[in-house]
Amino acid sequence: MTAGNDTIRIDNQEIPFTAGQTIMDAALAAGVYIPHLCHHPGLPPSGNCRLCMVEIGNRSVAACIAAATAGQQIRNDTPELNAARKAITQMLFVEGNHICPSCEKTGNCKLQAMAYHLGMLDDHFPQFYPHRELDASHPDILLDRSRCILCDLCVRASRDVDKKNVFAIAGRGTQAHLIVNTPTGKLVDSPMAKTDLAANICPVGAILIKEKGYEVPIGQRIYDRQTIRDIGLYEQAEEKNKE
Amino acid sequence: MLHRLHAIQRDCLHISRESIQQVAQEFDLPIAQVAAVVAFHSFFHTRPRGRFDILFSNCTSCGYLSGGQDLLQLLCLQLQVTPGETRADGLVSIDETSCIGMCDQGPSLLINGLPITHLNDNKVVQLAQLIALETPLPDWPANWFDIHHTVHRRDWLLSGSPVPREIMLKALDIGRDNTLAILLQSGLRGRGGAGFATGRKWQLCREAPGDTRYVVCNADEGEPGTFKDRMLLTTYAENLFAGMALCAFVIGATQGFVYLRAEYHYLLESLQETLQSCRRHGLLGNRILGHSDFDFDITLIVGAGAYICGEESALIESLEGKPGIPRIRPPFPVTHGYLGQPTVVNNVETFIAAAHIVHSGNETFRTTGTASSTGTKILSISGDCALPGIYEYPFGVRIRQILDDCGAQNVQAMQIGGPAGTLLNPAEFGRTLAFDDVSSGGSLLIFGPQRDLLTIHRNFARFFAHESCGFCTPCRVGTQLIQKELDTIAEGRGSAYTIVELQQLARLVQQQSHCGLGHTAANHVLEGLHKFPLTFSSRLQPQFTARFDLDQALASARHITHRDDSAAHLSND
Ligand SMILES: Cc1cc2nc3c(=O)[nH]c(=O)nc-3n(C[C@H](O)[C@H](O)[C@H](O)COP(=O)(O)O)c2cc1C
Ligand code: SF4
Ligand code: SF4
Repeated sequence: MTAGNDTIRIDNQEIPFTAGQTIMDAALAAGVYIPHLCHHPGLPPSGNCRLCMVEIGNRSVAACIAAATAGQQIRNDTPELNAARKAITQMLFVEGNHICPSCEKTGNCKLQAMAYHLGMLDDHFPQFYPHRELDASHPDILLDRSRCILCDLCVRASRDVDKKNVFAIAGRGTQAHLIVNTPTGKLVDSPMAKTDLAANICPVGAILIKEKGYEVPIGQRIYDRQTIRDIGLYEQAEEKNKE
Repeated sequence: MLHRLHAIQRDCLHISRESIQQVAQEFDLPIAQVAAVVAFHSFFHTRPRGRFDILFSNCTSCGYLSGGQDLLQLLCLQLQVTPGETRADGLVSIDETSCIGMCDQGPSLLINGLPITHLNDNKVVQLAQLIALETPLPDWPANWFDIHHTVHRRDWLLSGSPVPREIMLKALDIGRDNTLAILLQSGLRGRGGAGFATGRKWQLCREAPGDTRYVVCNADEGEPGTFKDRMLLTTYAENLFAGMALCAFVIGATQGFVYLRAEYHYLLESLQETLQSCRRHGLLGNRILGHSDFDFDITLIVGAGAYICGEESALIESLEGKPGIPRIRPPFPVTHGYLGQPTVVNNVETFIAAAHIVHSGNETFRTTGTASSTGTKILSISGDCALPGIYEYPFGVRIRQILDDCGAQNVQAMQIGGPAGTLLNPAEFGRTLAFDDVSSGGSLLIFGPQRDLLTIHRNFARFFAHESCGFCTPCRVGTQLIQKELDTIAEGRGSAYTIVELQQLARLVQQQSHCGLGHTAANHVLEGLHKFPLTFSSRLQPQFTARFDLDQALASARHITHRDDSAAHLSND
């Protein structure tokens, strides 16, 4: 394929796109992985996690929200960008309380998988040890804000797919936290069900389905078998099949 | 909705869960949206504040430490209050807040929204007595609440007088296209910081498809050290409204908003009166000056203490009753602004300058300043100088000239354009004020020889960590980490590695953040490391030191176990 009106170039690979696609959409559709945590095919993008930062000339843009335009020369898989992504992943780790060895999500967790993918060996930054509220009020769903990375996926899934608008993010700076759209602020008073997309989309162990523990043994979990890259591309293909 | 929340906060001293629910119902909004707006703003509280609610500015110029002693601490001691908490009897709460724009008036605070300036220990003691006796504010010494607007240098803009009628008549006389043409030719660029060509912005907005259009004045003036809009809003409000009406005339808008920062709540009444008077004189409202196809009116909206709401897309979110999270850009407000419609957002000074240009022609304006920065700029000068206050200069003026005029001597460093701006060392004082040299939204902070620059950096770092909206990871977490690293150095626990770390963090925050706040939040660190390396390196430890205080780290364990014996302490040596 040659550079045309409707292609972008990511790290020396020519990629087609259609009008309205973001760089992320075009890349994933072409099998080119750009690391991401707050993006999910089928949901409107947000741009908050900043893992998908790529460079065009001397500009840095978030691939999930930047429109693909003809002729863009994009740097993605470079040592500098991956180092920045690793630092951002470390930031997400120290900001919350991530107890990987005892977390039910371990092995299925995208944050953890991202850390593997980027070769993260330590937290690097000092821990924040925040105090965050746990909400165990719902019979089927546990919300442990300690592990929330504020990716906004549950907010969008609940609003745009489940049509229930159960969540929002409130508070500024490190005070930012997930809130529940009920008079009591408790999940039990919301219409949320464990089959909702919002209950299953959390990339980390902040929203968990209750009464399910280690059904799949450690060692055989998603990211024990595959990389986050494979899963990222797979999710895109799944979404495409749905269309 | 912000008005409703302000009223509840004022009357109930907090906004309870029930109130949130009620407001949600009234405005037909999700509870979580109202709760998120309340949680986003520093001036809204979910737990009751004191009947006397005091907020000290923590800016380097009008902050509680700027007079050389800790006035916040002093008042807390006098009244037996813990900072940030409300006294058990509900009488008083004392806290700090980002710059309140009183930088030329010495240490300042807001009490129930009203500013008191020129604080010193004496005044703080008297203040404590008045509070202890529960003296109502109207019975306090009236001159405590006086705000002076000291203009030390007037030029093209500030030598004019408010002439809204003449401005509007001129525009109506020459018509929309000519009005825009005058503005385009003037070379006027935005005075709020970014410097986008104003005529071009109006033109883009006019050409953008939409059902209707909006004019928004950014009076959030959140950049610490800036107070020129405070003066303009007090003295030139008529011209501001005329400038907005001009914009409406050019782009075809019928509705405008002034987004006023909460710290200037006390200006609301006089602004309302000026609006009323403009309406009475046919300068606002239906059929402006008798023109059948020109209706335009302005609504005043008061923010609630969030620096990020000065960023234009966050401001628009806030206008729409949402937390001030900056939008994805593009699309820009000129095409997708308030309620998704084409919207012009300009700074207070920009609208006033536009009005003045249309009124007096662009000849003088065009030939003042430099080729790429035409006209004059109004500066708010504060810090270590004999004559703090407001100065209007033609662009292109040398920094040295400004320092001479305001009586600043032996200057160690300057911060131009607020904490997000440029740090200058004395070797750079020959540089000029211009968009393509040293640019400023208005703030000019002067630091004399006795200042500890590391303290300044920590102050700035704290400002950004406090004001980050929390949307994106690098800024939300990175600004906190920068603050921690600077504290580590100040506490004498830094090593050469801390400096490398600081540099990397600063670059990351600068490059990977979502909006202008994050992009600029680490500038001061990078410039400080480059221009004043000794500020940091002179504090480093030659030998290994733990990066945290070993004994301090055990504090929570001691608290939990109720122990304080010698075996529960660790030596740091
Ligand atoms: C974090 C942040 C804070 C800002 N605060 C203000 C402000 O207080 N006042 C202002 O006029 N512009 C502020 N701006 C700039 C606005 O986004 C916008 O560029 C400006 O209002 C446009 O008006 P102008 O073209 O007249 O300057 C801020 C920008 C950022 C990124
Ligand atoms: S709970 Fe999970 S999905 Fe929701 S914002 Fe937090 S990390 Fe994201
Ligand atoms: S850079 Fe900071 S202020 Fe801007 S969106 Fe990100 S967190 Fe919010």
